[in-house]
Amino acid sequence: MSKYQVNEKGYYGHFGGAYIPEMLYPNVEELRQQYLDIIQESSFQEEFNQLLRDYVGRPSPLYYASRLSEKYKTNVYLKREDLNHTGAHKINNTIGQILLAERLGKKRIIAETGAGQHGVATATVCALKGLQCVVYMGAIDIERQAPNVARMKMMGAEVIPAESGSKTLKDATNEALRDWINNPVDTHYIIGSVVGPHPYPDMVARFQSIISEETKKQLFEKTGKANPDYAIACVGGGSNAAGMFYHFLDEEAVQLIAVEAAGHGVDSGESAATTALGKEGVLHGSRSILMQTPDGQVVEPYSISAGLDYPGIGPQHAWLFKSGRGHYVSVTDKEAMEAGLLLTRLEGIIPAIESAHALAYLEKMQFKKDDTIVVCLSGRGDKDLDNYMKYFGF
Amino acid sequence: MRKIEKKGDQGLLSIYYTAGYPTLDSTVAIAKKLEESGVDFLEIGFPYSDPVADGPTIQNSSEIALKNGMTVEKLFEQLKDLRKHVSIPVFLMGYVNPLLQYGVERFCESCKAIGIDGIIVPDLPMYEYEELYQDIFEKNEVANIFIVTPQTSEERIKKIDNLSNSFIYLLSSNATTGTKLNVEDKTTAYFQRVKNMNLKNPLVIGFGISNSESFRQATSYATGAIIGTAFVKLLAADSYLEKIPDFIKSIKG
Repeated sequence: MSKYQVNEKGYYGHFGGAYIPEMLYPNVEELRQQYLDIIQESSFQEEFNQLLRDYVGRPSPLYYASRLSEKYKTNVYLKREDLNHTGAHKINNTIGQILLAERLGKKRIIAETGAGQHGVATATVCALKGLQCVVYMGAIDIERQAPNVARMKMMGAEVIPAESGSKTLKDATNEALRDWINNPVDTHYIIGSVVGPHPYPDMVARFQSIISEETKKQLFEKTGKANPDYAIACVGGGSNAAGMFYHFLDEEAVQLIAVEAAGHGVDSGESAATTALGKEGVLHGSRSILMQTPDGQVVEPYSISAGLDYPGIGPQHAWLFKSGRGHYVSVTDKEAMEAGLLLTRLEGIIPAIESAHALAYLEKMQFKKDDTIVVCLSGRGDKDLDNYMKYFGF
Repeated sequence: MRKIEKKGDQGLLSIYYTAGYPTLDSTVAIAKKLEESGVDFLEIGFPYSDPVADGPTIQNSSEIALKNGMTVEKLFEQLKDLRKHVSIPVFLMGYVNPLLQYGVERFCESCKAIGIDGIIVPDLPMYEYEELYQDIFEKNEVANIFIVTPQTSEERIKKIDNLSNSFIYLLSSNATTGTKLNVEDKTTAYFQRVKNMNLKNPLVIGFGISNSESFRQATSYATGAIIGTAFVKLLAADSYLEKIPDFIKSIKG
């Protein structure tokens, strides 16, 4: 058993657990008791793999970015999750969870979304399976991610604005949890990140682990090396990073770099750099690290990227940070935007602003010529064009 | 620890309200007025920014209380002399993160110093209470109140009864606060089912109680019932303190 994976009680070190009101206990308990059996069934695995292949378009390529590599005088590979159907890694998890929901006999799906990528991925799998879909999204995010709202609606999902608090991802998550409390029997909640009560963080990480599984194989085929020297991914809640790190957790030689959103700067008061600013606490059902006041009130995060605008991180990330296995760093809005433009100019790939955060950290590192770096390009930038246009004045 | 006990035939009435709402220093004045008006015990909520088990009314009261500057620290300071003014049982209700940040042991000690009878923390897991906190609660004579819903298994209800030493909070439905009491047969069957278990702790029904009719229905199955949302709505009115006696009279008669 890996010391970085969840234990039988649902904890990573002392992070994790299931801090939920009794009203959610039966739902979460049902999942906890069944998720491992269901996802290990051969019929599940067959359907999951078939959909990932024929519907999502996996395996996603591992692309050697030669001009980017030339700039950093090393070897940079991009794991192209941006080429997945719906444009990001989120679909890996929603495919897995919709198959699980189906096998649990659920008729109605709810989800929360920040940038809209998870909402779109959920609406997509609901359309695929003919299930009712309700997506909660912060009122502010609805405004800044209009194309994704339209996509969800086209696929038949109902998009409900979260009007409380900061009107962003955290509040959308609260509303989805409330919905689940009020609809305990027929509804499955597809959480989009490695957050929430056990077993969600583990379940989502397993569905996303396809990223590192493929990376390992592809890297070996291309280079003969089993592992990269560095695996780099952005972290909001942390699902693409959890997937990128999964099969390297026990390969201690692989440096795991998780890049958080510093917003206008870690100390600017407008940031989402959780490990730099947060401390241990409980949010949305698990014990982790979160940005909060000394009184335990959750602090509103800020990032130019709606997908990283979350005041916590998943419990596994909290453990990787605390144990020192992972390096948790941050880059500002400005650094991310410039890295996004740089990739566009050097490689002809417009990354999601979330993924641009991971790329931005390359600028701050020192590499050897024969190092191998894999950056998880978690999503594409189509949804962010407005933001790029405003920022650079195109 | 004060016990929740019926004195006559009528069921006990408990009122929930949020500390620091409608104004920062309204908490103790409301408690006094409620006792004078005939309320049998109180639940005072310490506000949290992300109260997932609450509906819009109580969530909004928490948001305003936080804007008013309410903190756990401040609440204990305000309640310091509570027992000079209020003699009925008083419970604090809130979420686990503010409790953890204040420190569970320190929280229980503060409760004991004031004479708070118990706390209700919907998202504190039972296993964690058993493993980490039960001794601390018991040492300080602070009860931990568990919640039971229509979906809670009989086995789990028995375990909750064993772990409890004050009352069991029976939710009228699996819902957030502020939903209407459902008087369908399946609800009353669930109340009857739990009543028939002859638990050692009294049952108090909450969520969806808003008037004399729902109060009477609920207390025909339980020792008491809790009104939250309907009372928090009253606190939004001008001269709310003066309106409290009539509100309580409208429920208890």
